[in-house]
Amino acid sequence: MDLNYTSDDLAFRDQVRAFLEAELPQDLQHKVLNHLRLTKDDYVRWHRILARQGWVAPGWPREYGGPGWTPAQRHIFEEECARAGTPPVMPFGVNMVAPVIMAFGSQAQKDYYLPRILSCEDWWCQGYSEPGAGSDLASLKTTAVRDGDHYIVNGQKTWTTLAQHADMIFCLVRTDPGVRKQEGISFLLIDMKTPGITVRPIIMLDEDHEVNEVFFDNVRVPVANLVGEENRGWTYAKYLLGHERTGIAAVGRSKRELARLKRMAGREQKNGRPLIADPLFGAKLAELEIELMALETTVLRVLAQAHKAPGPEASVLKVRGTEIQQRLTELIVEAAGPMALPFDAAYLEGETEHSVFDDDFAAPLLPHYFNYRKTSIYGGSNEIQRNIISQMILGL
Amino acid sequence: MDFEFKEEQLQLADALKRWIGRDYGFEARRAIVASSAGVSEQAWAQLAELGLTALPVPEEQGGFAGDAVDMFVVMQELGRGLVVEPYFATVLGAEFLRLGGGHAALLEQVATGELKLACALGERQSRHDMRDIATRAEPAGDGWRLSGEKKVVLHGAQAGVLVVSARSAGGQRDKDGVTLFAVPAGAPGVRITEYRMLDGQRAADVHLDGVQLGADALVGAPGAGWQILEAAIDYGAGLLCAEAVGAMDALFAATLDYLKTRQQFRVPIGKFQALQHRMADMYIHLEQARSMAMLAAVRLRSGNAAERRQAVSAAKYRVGQAARFVGQQAVQLHGGMGVTDELPAAHYFKRLTTIELTLGDADHHLARFMAEAS
Repeated sequence: MDLNYTSDDLAFRDQVRAFLEAELPQDLQHKVLNHLRLTKDDYVRWHRILARQGWVAPGWPREYGGPGWTPAQRHIFEEECARAGTPPVMPFGVNMVAPVIMAFGSQAQKDYYLPRILSCEDWWCQGYSEPGAGSDLASLKTTAVRDGDHYIVNGQKTWTTLAQHADMIFCLVRTDPGVRKQEGISFLLIDMKTPGITVRPIIMLDEDHEVNEVFFDNVRVPVANLVGEENRGWTYAKYLLGHERTGIAAVGRSKRELARLKRMAGREQKNGRPLIADPLFGAKLAELEIELMALETTVLRVLAQAHKAPGPEASVLKVRGTEIQQRLTELIVEAAGPMALPFDAAYLEGETEHSVFDDDFAAPLLPHYFNYRKTSIYGGSNEIQRNIISQMILGL
Repeated sequence: MDFEFKEEQLQLADALKRWIGRDYGFEARRAIVASSAGVSEQAWAQLAELGLTALPVPEEQGGFAGDAVDMFVVMQELGRGLVVEPYFATVLGAEFLRLGGGHAALLEQVATGELKLACALGERQSRHDMRDIATRAEPAGDGWRLSGEKKVVLHGAQAGVLVVSARSAGGQRDKDGVTLFAVPAGAPGVRITEYRMLDGQRAADVHLDGVQLGADALVGAPGAGWQILEAAIDYGAGLLCAEAVGAMDALFAATLDYLKTRQQFRVPIGKFQALQHRMADMYIHLEQARSMAMLAAVRLRSGNAAERRQAVSAAKYRVGQAARFVGQQAVQLHGGMGVTDELPAAHYFKRLTTIELTLGDADHHLARFMAEAS
């Protein structure tokens, strides 16, 4: 047993650090580290910087333009990006639809879409959830009816992240209502500019426009945009769910936020002493730090098993990872105390002049706390993850 | 990076598992616990034969110089098997002697299995703070005279030699002035009162009434025992984490089995989501605890004191949390059967609870972790 990185891994880490040092624009880093809102251009700019370096799709095989990294290198890269405070690469194209196209798509789909995903020519969004199909995703009702060379799509998707920026949406649609619900679903790629598509914002509890409803009214989609076979979409969607491995734990990000929390707790005062010296707060902080140490070790254990196919262990990482992320946002708000209360939307949008309050650090904290309640709900709620653990790992 | 155990480690674990399966099953263990001795000489001989008594001893004294990761593997199996023999006490005592230097003859006897050790550290007032020592060591002739009382000394009555912490100078909770001794259990003035603990293991109070010792009884230098004491306690706490992980593994497996077989409302109770989610939470606790116990073992081996202190305290805290959750919930999921003495489940729960109260509870280690971090 040896928990140290190899010298090759350490050299790789230095290479990544040097790249980030040189290439991460300071304005983007400032926004990310301070939880300010990112524009479409912010995401795209960073995506293209990574793409130029050949690092935007760490999980892709070399033949499609991936860097050919080992799982340990991928982990190091994610961790260094989190540490530095890079904008996230939106997962919908690179990590979600691309692996499905690679595994099940036609040659024409691979040739057309994959390079456009790498270059961010297409911004993708995900058309899975519906008003009546959340955790019970397979009960989705959006229909696609064959009409010559087209499908006619009708229905509604929801919680569609950043659909307002999207060029393309990948959708699960019902193509056969007469069979068991999992067996009548197909996987369609739909151009967001197609007539009949309407995007309506959903404003979340932090008053941000992050997700949307997407309505389909007689939308004509070429049959060539079907991935794989008709009625096999559920299998492809499940393949996608099994594709995630350790990134979901967001350990690097949580380590960064823990460091931020410690800095704050060293600066804020309670009873005339730094907050970090308060036994009640200190104990909560230490508990969280230990849980994160344990999670990091658990992630490394999963990585060390990388020769095996990714499995349901990702559910453990999702549950604990999101619980830790949420706990961090909670304690950060506690550390700020009443100073977290003034709401300064313009500042979050990038205004540098404060409209209501003159303290930089506190303004984004409470919105961030509210925003992060989503983490235990999205990507398969933590209750669904517990179902997966009990059924897939424990055999109950 | 590599989380795999070496081939020899796995073979040792296998051999130990086979022996426990054959000779140390639940009923055999129950008989040993109920016997007047409370331990089995035969079992001890077999542990020695498997090489376990030699494992932690340096090669110069006839041992195999096993490191903390080797010991992780062993303690995990002993935890799974609920073994009540004085192995942990002996290994911890040997670590004191190894860290102190000298005492080659004692270590040689430990390696062969002839000698068992125990560590007399805690006192009535000390709780989990092993620095809090009222037992006095005073110079007397060429040697020392010890007076005081040590409480809840694990397997104190089975040991031939006791490692005793005493204060030769300084205030009751000072780091300086701690002196360690290897005290023959039969030395005049040593009185040992034995009792059973509810986990089936034996412990004892050790009364020291003016016990006369030669200078050769010193473990390490006079007054400078704290460094050894702290390192040895970390080592012991790390071993207990490994034992707890083994015990939790077995308890979790037994509970899972129960959920798959116990029928109510005409289905196995494991079909109910309330119980499934409890099991998922137990599983997460167990894996997080396993990660921390492994991390502690590796840090104990690496020898950096600051890293070791931090990792061991984090592990003992995290394992303690897991042990309490897994233990209590396993009993709950076993229903009425869980609160009887008939199933192994209750015995694992009792052992886990004992471990939590040994060499620092969760609060103690959380506070220590905080102190290390700041």
